[in-house]
Amino acid sequence: MRSTRGERVGSFFIHLFVLLFALACLIPFVMVIVVSFTEEKAITLNGYSLFTTHWSTAAYKMMFGKNSAVPRSYGVTTLATVAGTFIATLITFGAGYTLANKQCRYRNGLSLYFYFTMVFSAGLVPWYMVSKAIGAYDNIWALIIPSLMFSPFNMFLVRNFVNGIPEALNESARIDGAGEMRIAFQIYLPLCKPVLATIVLFYAIGYWNNYFNAVMLITDRKMYPLQMLLFQIQSEITAMSKLMSGAERANPPKEAFKMATSVVTMGPIILLYPFLQKYFVKGMVIGAVKG
Amino acid sequence: MTLPYIAIAFEKFNYKTGIRSPFVGLDNFTSFFKSSWAWAVTRNTLVINFLFLIFGTFFAILIALLLNEIRNKPFLKLTQSAMLFPFFISWVIVSYMLQGLLGTANGMINRLIESLGGARINFYSTPSYWYPILLILNIWKNAGYNSIIYLAAITGIDESIYEAAAIDGATRFKRIIYVTLPLLIPTISVLTLMSIGRIFYGDFGMMYAIVRDNASIMPIAEVIDTYVFRTFKNTGNPSLTMAIGLYQSIVGFILVYTSNRIVRRYYPDGALF
Repeated sequence: MRSTRGERVGSFFIHLFVLLFALACLIPFVMVIVVSFTEEKAITLNGYSLFTTHWSTAAYKMMFGKNSAVPRSYGVTTLATVAGTFIATLITFGAGYTLANKQCRYRNGLSLYFYFTMVFSAGLVPWYMVSKAIGAYDNIWALIIPSLMFSPFNMFLVRNFVNGIPEALNESARIDGAGEMRIAFQIYLPLCKPVLATIVLFYAIGYWNNYFNAVMLITDRKMYPLQMLLFQIQSEITAMSKLMSGAERANPPKEAFKMATSVVTMGPIILLYPFLQKYFVKGMVIGAVKG
Repeated sequence: MTLPYIAIAFEKFNYKTGIRSPFVGLDNFTSFFKSSWAWAVTRNTLVINFLFLIFGTFFAILIALLLNEIRNKPFLKLTQSAMLFPFFISWVIVSYMLQGLLGTANGMINRLIESLGGARINFYSTPSYWYPILLILNIWKNAGYNSIIYLAAITGIDESIYEAAAIDGATRFKRIIYVTLPLLIPTISVLTLMSIGRIFYGDFGMMYAIVRDNASIMPIAEVIDTYVFRTFKNTGNPSLTMAIGLYQSIVGFILVYTSNRIVRRYYPDGALF
C-alpha cells in the first residue's frame, strides 16, 4: 500500500504522542534517582530537578549505616512477599483446581459462595477483628495472612484455565493408578504454569507494594515493611538523625534519603521488570479472552 | 467468615461483650447520615470514580489504537514497556514523586513557574486542583496497563476486514473509526460495566498515600474507604465504622448486581454470573 502525504503526517503525530506519553511515564523515575544522589544543600537551593552538579552518596551511606531501619524492613518485606506469594498461590491453585474438577459435587455452590465474597465484602471492621482474633497482629503473619482472604479473582482465573484442559486427562491418569494428590500436583500443576506464573506475579507485586496491612495491624516499628517505613519516613528521619553524630545531625540528607529509600524499594521491580512485563501481558490476555 | 460481624452495625459495640453487645437498631446509620461527611464522601467517591472510568477508558483505548498503528517493532516495545512501568510502583512512592513535582518549597513545577517569573502555587492547600491531579495520576499509572486488554482485542480483529475496507477506499483514520471502534464495543461495554460495579469503592491505597491527613484537600479527596478508615482510627467505634462500611457494601452490591444484569442481557458472554 502506498501511503499518502496525509498518512505520513498522521504517522508522525502518532509516534510523537506515544513517545511523549512514554517519556512522561519515565521522567518522574529519573527525578527520583537523580535527587537520591544529590547533596542536600543543592536540593534546598535548586529544588527537585532532573540533573545536578552536586553529586553525593550521603543518603545511601545513611541508609546502610548502623542506625538505619531500612535493612531490617527490607528483610521483613522480602520474607512477607516470598512466604505470602507461596501460600497464596498454593491456596489459589488448590481452590481453583477443585472448583474445576467435575468430581467435586458442590462446585457450583462453592463457586457462588466465593463469588459472593468478591462482590459483597463486609468491610474493614470485621477484617480487622478477625485478623486480630487469629493472632495476625504486630507480627509477620499480619503482613501475610489477612491479604490471603481477598483474592477470589485469581482463583477464577485458575478455574477457567483448568476447565480448558480436556477431562480425559484426569480419567486416563486415574486408570493408570494415580491418586488425587498426584493428579493435582504432578499432572495439572505443570500444565497450569502459564496462568500460575501470572498469579505469582500478581501476588508478589501485591505483597511488595502493600502498606495497608501495616497501617492497620502493625504498631511495632521493628515489624514495619518497607512501604510502611517509607510512608512514615518523615518521623523515621527525625528519629534516625537524633542518633547521628555532629555534622550529619545538623543537616541530615532528608529529601535525598526519602528518594534513596524509594529507589531501593523499587529496586527489585526494576531488576525483574523484563520478566514481569512478559508474564503480565500474557496473563492479561488469558484473562481477557475469558472475560 | 467475616459476615456475622455485620451484626455489629446494629449494636452499641463493647469489646467485653463482643458480638453480643446491646442492640440499638439503626442508630449508627442515622448518626452517619446526619453528619455532613455522609454526602461529601459519597459524592467524592462517585465523582472521582466516574472521572477515572471515563477518561481512563478513553486514554486506554487511545493508546491501544495508537500502538496498533506503529509498525516499528523496537520503538513499540520500548514505549510500551515505559508506559507499563508506573503500574508496578506503589502509591507511597508515587506520592513522593508528586511531592517532588508539586511541593511548594522544592517542587519542580513551582521552581519552573518561579523561573518563568510567576508566583508559586500552593497545590497542597488548594482543593480545586485535586480532581485533575488525581485524574492525571490515575491515567499515568494505569493507562498503559489497561491498554493491554484493548490492544489484545484489536489484534484479534480479522485482518481481511481491514483489507476489504482499504480496497473500498477507506483511509487509515476511517478504518479506525468505522472498523476498529465498532468491533471494540463489546469489550468496552463489558469492562465499563464491570467498573461501574466497583464505582462505590474508592482506591484506598491511592487516596490514603496521596492525601494522607491533609485536612485542606480532604473535602474534595476523602472517599468512603478512607473515611471508614479514619472513623475507625479516630473514634475507635467499631459499630459506627461497620455501619458506614455496610452502607457502602449494600449500595455497591446493588450496583454490581444491576450492571451484571445489564451485561447478561446484551452480551451474555461477558456476564460474571
